[in-house]
Amino acid sequence: MKREIKGMLTGLGVTFKTMMKPTVTVQYPHEREDPTPRARGVIALKEENCTVCMLCARQCPDWCIYIEGHKEQRPPRREGGKPRNVSVLDRFDIDYALCMYCGICVEVCPFDALFWSPEFEYSESRIANLLHDKDRLGEWMATVPEPEPLEQGAEVKGKK
Amino acid sequence: MIALDIGWGTVLAIKTLIVLAFVPLSALILGYVFLLKMMSHMQSRLGPMDPGGFHGWYQLVGDGVKFMQKEDIMPTDADRRVFALAPAVVVLSTFLVFVVIPAGPRLVVAPLDVGVFYALAVSSLSVIGVLMAGWASSNKFALMGALRAAAQLIAYELPLVLAVVGVVIQAGTMNLQGIVLAQQHGAIFSWGGIGRPFILTQFVGFALFMVAAQAELTQPPFDMPVAESELVAGYMVEYTGFRFLFFFIGEFGTAFAFAALAATLFLGGWSVPWVHGVAADWLGPLVLFAKVMFVAFLMFWARFTYPRLREDQLQALAWKWLIPIALVNILVTGVLKVAFS
Repeated sequence: MKREIKGMLTGLGVTFKTMMKPTVTVQYPHEREDPTPRARGVIALKEENCTVCMLCARQCPDWCIYIEGHKEQRPPRREGGKPRNVSVLDRFDIDYALCMYCGICVEVCPFDALFWSPEFEYSESRIANLLHDKDRLGEWMATVPEPEPLEQGAEVKGKK
Repeated sequence: MIALDIGWGTVLAIKTLIVLAFVPLSALILGYVFLLKMMSHMQSRLGPMDPGGFHGWYQLVGDGVKFMQKEDIMPTDADRRVFALAPAVVVLSTFLVFVVIPAGPRLVVAPLDVGVFYALAVSSLSVIGVLMAGWASSNKFALMGALRAAAQLIAYELPLVLAVVGVVIQAGTMNLQGIVLAQQHGAIFSWGGIGRPFILTQFVGFALFMVAAQAELTQPPFDMPVAESELVAGYMVEYTGFRFLFFFIGEFGTAFAFAALAATLFLGGWSVPWVHGVAADWLGPLVLFAKVMFVAFLMFWARFTYPRLREDQLQALAWKWLIPIALVNILVTGVLKVAFS
């Protein structure tokens, strides 16, 4: 019985103390909370890295990535070489009305063409406007933060 | 106060209008201050901030207007007349309690000699409204909620009444005005500095009254009848729009009424020490309001802190604890009254 009464009083104390403390609410439209640097706000596209390999579109669980491309012949790199076949991106759309922000496309991209950006204020009053085309996705690149520096002693991969 | 020469019909109309206007207002005040604001802060959030400019004070008015615009839905199999009448019965019982609560030496709608008895009697009228609502909805959840509510309200009616008996014995009157005066003119060990609020001598009664009132209001931790996780909203489940608004007004209006009763019975009502005459006429309502808000704070503090009791725990608390304690309290009060008078 004594324990129960103590527990009930403790409960009252908790609510009273919480009431006296400042609240954690951020009054969003009036004041803005900064998202963490690696927050998953929107996906940015670095177009020149994309090779139209379609891996992201195939891995996407929501099928919200639409890609179209074509092949072009470019002159050879060296004198006397063969002309190169290059894939050119015609269309790269992400439908954010369907996207579930899983980030699989960013993970799976072998050429570092997709990045997470912490920007989140791109709501629309018309659902069709949530389809971002490759120009819009390219604009988000400016908001992508620099990758964090490697830990001390970590081995640097890739080109030296 | 100015003595006006007006007919009794006009007086009756004015009194009725004041009560009619005050009940929704009291529901709005309690709903805003405690339900929207205090509860939010107890959960470390702000609650509504934008409507009306200042801390969202207009939110509940907006909600009320929204309820009035909503479609009035009635289930096909409902007992139409009873279904429509039920919210009115619940609100009526709230209105009737306000009639006897004195807000000043001369400011009371009807100073009945059986004030306490009347107030507790009409406050239990709401059981009938709740049963009507649950039965007429032709919905099993509504019916289960109504039956739970009836069982609970009847169980807690007893400790509520018995807790008040101690005060009535001490004051020697059932008139609420008389109880206030008894506290104002009382003395603690012949020191009359602050009168003698009955909370000092009837502390057990006050605690019992608060617990029982909480159950009468079907508020958490005694909200089995409206347990939203199992019964959706109990007897209110089929109600929309204006009729639901009636239940809301009934709930918070009754909370205000019970807080006012507790303030009158145990905290000295409108009386302030050393203030008499005309000053008390003007100060009385404000003092009563402050005391009501304090009592309501205690009620809602418990409401927002404790989880819901199970049905058997709820009944056991009333029959095994509250009622025996109340009976012993009456016995002790009676013995002491005879011994010291």
